[in-house]
Amino acid sequence: MAIAFDLAAQTVQMFLVLAVAPFLLGVTRMVKARLLRRIGPPPWQPYLDLWKLMHKEAVLAHNASWLYRTAPYVIFAATWVAAALVPTFATGLMFSWAADLIALVALLATARFALALAGMDVGTAFGGIGSSREMMIGSLAEPAMLLVVFSVALIAGTTQLSAIASHFIDAHVGLRVSLGLALIAFVFVAVAENARIPIDNPATHLELTMVHEAMVLEYSGRHLAMIEAAAAVKLVLYFSLLSCLFFPFGMATADQSLGPLTVGIVSYLGKLLVLAILLPIGETAVAKMRVFRYPIFLGGAFAAGALAVFLLFVSRSF
Amino acid sequence: MSSMSFDIAHLLAGSILVLSFVLLYQDRVSAVLNVFALQAVALSLSVAWQAAIQNAPHLLVTAGIALVMKGIVIPAALHRIVRRLGIHREVEEVLGAGPTMLTGLGLVALSILLVLPAGQNVSILVREDLAFALAVILLGLLMMITRRNAVTQIVGFMSLENGLVLAATGAKGMPLVVEISVAFSVLIVLIVFGVFVFRIRERFDTVDVGALDQFRGEQGERL
Repeated sequence: MAIAFDLAAQTVQMFLVLAVAPFLLGVTRMVKARLLRRIGPPPWQPYLDLWKLMHKEAVLAHNASWLYRTAPYVIFAATWVAAALVPTFATGLMFSWAADLIALVALLATARFALALAGMDVGTAFGGIGSSREMMIGSLAEPAMLLVVFSVALIAGTTQLSAIASHFIDAHVGLRVSLGLALIAFVFVAVAENARIPIDNPATHLELTMVHEAMVLEYSGRHLAMIEAAAAVKLVLYFSLLSCLFFPFGMATADQSLGPLTVGIVSYLGKLLVLAILLPIGETAVAKMRVFRYPIFLGGAFAAGALAVFLLFVSRSF
Repeated sequence: MSSMSFDIAHLLAGSILVLSFVLLYQDRVSAVLNVFALQAVALSLSVAWQAAIQNAPHLLVTAGIALVMKGIVIPAALHRIVRRLGIHREVEEVLGAGPTMLTGLGLVALSILLVLPAGQNVSILVREDLAFALAVILLGLLMMITRRNAVTQIVGFMSLENGLVLAATGAKGMPLVVEISVAFSVLIVLIVFGVFVFRIRERFDTVDVGALDQFRGEQGERL
């Protein structure tokens, strides 16, 4: 019975993430359009887009290999599994014990690897440029992300996401400079990973500075739908990770009955909505960066993460 | 000492260190001056908090001096100088921002490694303050050697002095006379620097100290 309940909670978590992902993307687009004094499409537009893409014919280039055809599914699967590992509305879900924060970073890196390969597969120059830039961003963002992981893990004493979240809820952590720095570093990394302004412009298709869109330019039909869905899930994953690591309030911990779970789901959705509104506000406030400025931007994230880890070593009494 | 007061002291000292990094990261003169003013405000808050938890009211005077002198007077004066020189543009750096940040991180690690074994017998708070202060001093020195613009070099020197004040207040029993004299000597240094910057500009039409290099003695001998 308990196993059945756990399984149900885990399933709800997985499908909740999948279900709200396009809506959140739609909310960010709508808020951004409103900030630019446009009306913009309604927030459920991404669902319609995905539906349309699912029913369209997938056009393949003549020299496309099996890799090109399987990559969208690999990307989607890796991202979805990673999203299933993050505790969203309750800690101690069934799958969360299967892998920790480092495994999650590795899963996302796998998805990135598949996408970069797919971008180069057809052999167009644009896809190659996108792949090379994506790998550059990845090589800069991943060390910063790992430092964030280390600083959080040093405070909580574990890299297990569920345990970290419940430690932050229950234990009296207090005011920590390191957590603030880790938050800054995490936000920088999340902006870069989700191809958002100032690193990349998610709304453009014809610009020499684009990264993510350059790699998926050749895709169409259901393949494109998978990639778009994976991008939406990735955005929700980063939102969930942010709220789980730094604002884990309202999450159901020990008592996993229906009441706390409802509170958990409602507060989780609220947090997601707040983040989906804050992201476009931040995006409209800054300008797109030159490609050669990326190392400085992500180097700032790396410095903040490293500083967070260093400060933990000073304050530890040993 | 309760953990909350320790946390706040940690937060304030840590934010001074972070602002030192922001100083290194900034590449516009007026932004550098604003960050410097912010660092002085953080310093005065930190000193005021030390006054509260150490029960040492004379530290409040230090906090006030830091706030008024370094938070308001010196940045305002530097802003005036910058405006009169007409250089609120890019700062040329000898090293790029990336290597500078990495060097800075190395210096922070170095100061932590130095202070941790040396301060085994004192409380965590004092040890931590000393580590932060040493890091701020080293970052100030780093800023002085990586920048070529005379005004940002002055800011580097001033932020180095912020580190000195942080170290002095962390340790108990620094006499007030010393602090006041340090504060005024910094002000006098500012005046000297200010005159000096205008002299450099008059002579070489730039405040880039790289222009001074060709007048160095040993290079003249080599020529």
